[in-house]
Amino acid sequence: MTSLTDAPAPVAGLPATGAARQVWRRLRTRPAALVSAAVLLLLVLLALAAPLLAALEGQDPHTYHDDLVDSARGGVPYGAFGGASADHWLGVEPGTGRDLFVRLLYGARISLLVAVGATAVQILIGVLVGLAAGLGGRWLDGLLSRLTDVLVALPMLVLALALTAVVPRDFPRPLLLILVIGLLGWAYTSRIVRAQTLTLRSLDFVAASRLAGSGRWRTARRELLPSLAAPVITYAAISFPTNIVVEASLSFLGVGVTPPTPSWGQMLSTAQTWFRADPAYVLLPAGLLFVTVLAFTVLGDAVRTALDPREASRLRVGTRKESRRASRAGSLKEASR
Amino acid sequence: MTRFVLKRLAGAVLVLLALSVLVYALFYLAPGDPARLACGERCNPQQIAQVREQLGLNDSAFVQYLHFLQGVFTGRDHSTGTSVTHCDAPCLGLSYQNDQQVTQLVLERLPATASLALGAMVIWLLVGVGTGLLSALRRGGVTERALTVLTLAGTGTPVFILGLLLLMAVCAYLQWLPFPSYVPLGEDPEQWAWNMLLPWLTLGFFESAKYARLTRSSTLETLAEDHIRTFRAYGVGERSVVARHALRGAVPPVIAVSAVDLGSMFGGAVLTESLFGIPGLGKTLLDGVRTIDLPVVVGVVMVMGTAVVLANVLADLLYAAADRRVVLT
Repeated sequence: MTSLTDAPAPVAGLPATGAARQVWRRLRTRPAALVSAAVLLLLVLLALAAPLLAALEGQDPHTYHDDLVDSARGGVPYGAFGGASADHWLGVEPGTGRDLFVRLLYGARISLLVAVGATAVQILIGVLVGLAAGLGGRWLDGLLSRLTDVLVALPMLVLALALTAVVPRDFPRPLLLILVIGLLGWAYTSRIVRAQTLTLRSLDFVAASRLAGSGRWRTARRELLPSLAAPVITYAAISFPTNIVVEASLSFLGVGVTPPTPSWGQMLSTAQTWFRADPAYVLLPAGLLFVTVLAFTVLGDAVRTALDPREASRLRVGTRKESRRASRAGSLKEASR
Repeated sequence: MTRFVLKRLAGAVLVLLALSVLVYALFYLAPGDPARLACGERCNPQQIAQVREQLGLNDSAFVQYLHFLQGVFTGRDHSTGTSVTHCDAPCLGLSYQNDQQVTQLVLERLPATASLALGAMVIWLLVGVGTGLLSALRRGGVTERALTVLTLAGTGTPVFILGLLLLMAVCAYLQWLPFPSYVPLGEDPEQWAWNMLLPWLTLGFFESAKYARLTRSSTLETLAEDHIRTFRAYGVGERSVVARHALRGAVPPVIAVSAVDLGSMFGGAVLTESLFGIPGLGKTLLDGVRTIDLPVVVGVVMVMGTAVVLANVLADLLYAAADRRVVLT
């Protein structure tokens, strides 16, 4: 997903393609994972092709169509299903008459962009802090571990919300969301990396590298990072849907991307006033968000199982070790409420 | 035991001090100018300079932070131009909006958040723990599959989607309930309960997914332990094994996680409160963020931090009380 997780494999001469093939072979046997992957692939393609599809439909996300909404009834779209027609495939937004199909697609772009960016930032910081804690001395380890504990304990959404207050209004919002979610969400990754580093550094191949004259960082980069890739990717896959939810939540609360840029959370926030008059406007973004998050969750779980064959899915079989590990890895992690 | 509590409390104080430094630095020393924010949109440079003087923003960052701490521990005087208001300890500053003491504001808003959190907890304990137990005891059947899907969907869904759908179904279409508006418990208990019903259900079901999974895994874990096998080998009935022995192992994690969750609710269940218009801490924080009312934001974050840290200590104690094998050191 990022250069950090991709890079190490070839460096260490690990057969990257072989590992990927192995993961794929395991994923293939799980229909739920395959369906999720297909849904997400479709979503990503739709998001990437948003301008093309908009051109195909002949609409754009920002033009108001006052003629399509009934101003006498407070701006409810004319026609059934939120004003769906050959010109506006999923109808129009109540009040403004902006094309809903195109706005939903552009919303997907924001959602995915922020989640990808935030996950990348989380991995970067998490790996660096985890390595530093695992390799550094007692003091550094103590300091970083306490910091991690505090971050894990505090609810991310509340802190993210608070942080948006101090950033100037003209700061680009998608970047702000990426940074805020990224800066608050690295703690679990760093815990995992630290634990792995502590285990790995006592192993022979690491000692051999040190004896061969490599410095600390060189050892970390060449010997440790490749072995850290699997748990880090796993955790990234698990935290990805959480990041989507946090972005949607912040936008729902009105501190996400600024209008007129469309986002799902913001649509759901305005949809509150249109329950009765225009249910389509509630159900479409809600359904999309639900399916996206669900698909990423299922896929994340499958990736986890595929990368760690010893660990059966926490959702299917529960053994002692697995449940302990799961709670440590943050499957019980704070959700945004 | 006492030693453990003291040690943990000392640790908690250190963590909170560190948090206060971090929060203070982030919010008051950030690029934005607090004096301009406190003064409002229409202030001229002289007025801003005056406000800056009043807020003590000309002092060094360290001195400012010390004043903040002083306020928390002993209270401090705030001059608001014409008059001087005394802000009692624990003073978290005065709101930029209306010069109200943040501590007071927090106390005013606390009952609403507490009503929400406690009601929701009842639901997640009943539904979540019940579901988890059921799926752990009847493994492999249709029930388990259904529950797996439900918990999975429940964990992934943002809470506001659940809330929106409930509002839409129950209030807009079926019209079983009017749209909720918060009524304080002291004013009219019956109206309070009816208006809180949907928020409770929303937050309760949302959290249930997590508790179902937690209960399930801790029950399975206990059932796999040696002493349970021994009980079975001695011929203790399955019902008794579950009710008397397995449950004992399943309950401590639930209690501990509940304590932590309750603690973090002091930051407010922002989404639920905002969706249902409950004037709790989350709503306070949100309003503070929208109006860039820094003392309010910092106040709520610090209150939440304190609650979370204390809840974690409490969770450890409860865990040890519920599971006597755990030794606190």
